Amino acid sequence: MGWGLVAPALLWTAAFFVLPFAAMVALSFAHMEGREVVRGFDPGNYIRIFTDWTMLKALLNSLEITVVVTVVSVVLAYPLAAIIAFRVPVRWQRLALLLAVLPFWTSYVVRSYAWLLVLGQNGVVNKALLSLGLIAEPLEIAATRTATVIGFVHFFVMLLTLTIYANLIQLSPNYARAAADLGAGRWQTFRHVILPLTLPGVVTGAFLTFVLCIGDYITPQILGGNAELTLPQLIMLQMGRSGNFPLASALSVVLMAVVTLAYFASSRWLRMDRV
Amino acid sequence: MRALSWAYLAVAYAFVFLPVVVLVAFSFQDGRLPVPPFQGFTLEWYGRVLGERDLMEALVNSALVAGVSSLIALILGFLAAHALARVRLPGSVLMRGVLIAPMTVSYLIIALGLLTVFNQAGVRLSLWTAGVGHVVINLPLCFAITYAAMGDHQKNAERAARDLGAPEWKVLALVSAPMLAAPLAAAFFLSVTFSWDEFIIAFLLTRFDVTLPVEIWSMLRSGISPATNAVGSLVFLVSVTLVVLLEVFVFRRVK
Repeated sequence: MGWGLVAPALLWTAAFFVLPFAAMVALSFAHMEGREVVRGFDPGNYIRIFTDWTMLKALLNSLEITVVVTVVSVVLAYPLAAIIAFRVPVRWQRLALLLAVLPFWTSYVVRSYAWLLVLGQNGVVNKALLSLGLIAEPLEIAATRTATVIGFVHFFVMLLTLTIYANLIQLSPNYARAAADLGAGRWQTFRHVILPLTLPGVVTGAFLTFVLCIGDYITPQILGGNAELTLPQLIMLQMGRSGNFPLASALSVVLMAVVTLAYFASSRWLRMDRV
Repeated sequence: MRALSWAYLAVAYAFVFLPVVVLVAFSFQDGRLPVPPFQGFTLEWYGRVLGERDLMEALVNSALVAGVSSLIALILGFLAAHALARVRLPGSVLMRGVLIAPMTVSYLIIALGLLTVFNQAGVRLSLWTAGVGHVVINLPLCFAITYAAMGDHQKNAERAARDLGAPEWKVLALVSAPMLAAPLAAAFFLSVTFSWDEFIIAFLLTRFDVTLPVEIWSMLRSGISPATNAVGSLVFLVSVTLVVLLEVFVFRRVK
């Protein structure tokens, strides 16, 4: 009885997730001869990824961008979530939260495009700064890594505000009261009581940010320009222009491995924290 | 300290809303470029966008793919959640893990894997293949939401129905599902919004008929234009309407 009900979902996941993933791993050990895919067990693609500077650079770019985005987003989102949870009157909190994540619902492709309009050479930011006399020449923000980071941070601040808020609101006010009774100042209460208690939620949110950020193609493609490539851009490039599916597969496996490492890193860190 | 909090809140909201405000404001631009200075108010771009056949077809395609794939994901997820929450099966921890696993994998990798398999099997790319991909990403979500919502009082009601002689499919359709109406609706609408907005799977797994995000993407290639702003604003309007409806009719009741 139970099996009959789980089977459809399991079969679907097996056929369209597990099997494709296995096929991709198998393909990553093939190589190209001209335009033909030659199957076999050839680690050449992986050797190339870690010896060819273009490939390695893309991996490093992705890692750097993702780490910066994750850290900046957490640092910006935490105070925002805390202010909504502790300063905004309770009856307005739901509205405040809904407003804070409203731009979340613009189309994901359109959101990056909108940032292009904001940050572009003739964009709102440059026009405003120029007319205020703060700069003499328009800043080159669009088509740089800064633009990619801003676009990402915008999205993930919304996401993290939600997850951190959900954590903060679950805390009993008694913790803070107890700390205050014991003579802790505001900062001490935060540093030694509130922060450790919300850390699991923060790490979970940060991990989610990491996964979504490192695998994203659209934001760097629209905002980052052509000066540097991220891993997903390189994967798309290998599939599209070069038609090199084996190499694209190997790059994807590397991407997957990085995410898995991040998972183990954050879970280990969490456990150590609880000890 | 208090003033600082409100200042921070103001700056944060300004940052969050800046691109949306710019997007919507310049969709009314009476000029060729959606950047300052604002040259006057016009609805011309909306008219043009609504009259464009490719875009409207893509919009219908998106709605179809989102609706059908979310429905499939919901049914599969609900059945699996029901089974794993009620019946003790060997290896249920493993099965839960497998069902949730796609959540932790980048969409790009899911798309690439499916593309590899479809190519090898000679399956022609279409809205259906993109829909298959969307079920893969939404199934874990639907499963997790319904699984988390299954409680003991439902279990008792189901047992009562069984004792009264209801066959299993009737228990599912007439007792379990209605009792879980709110989380089921939440899972469905969340899936719809994810599918509606998804780009990379739809981009790699469709060919001639495409979804809206893919169509918008191809609009971007010809540079910035108030027409793109108009499309973006319309999509935003649709999503926000959906969210508000969800908030009013579903989440209020969950709480």
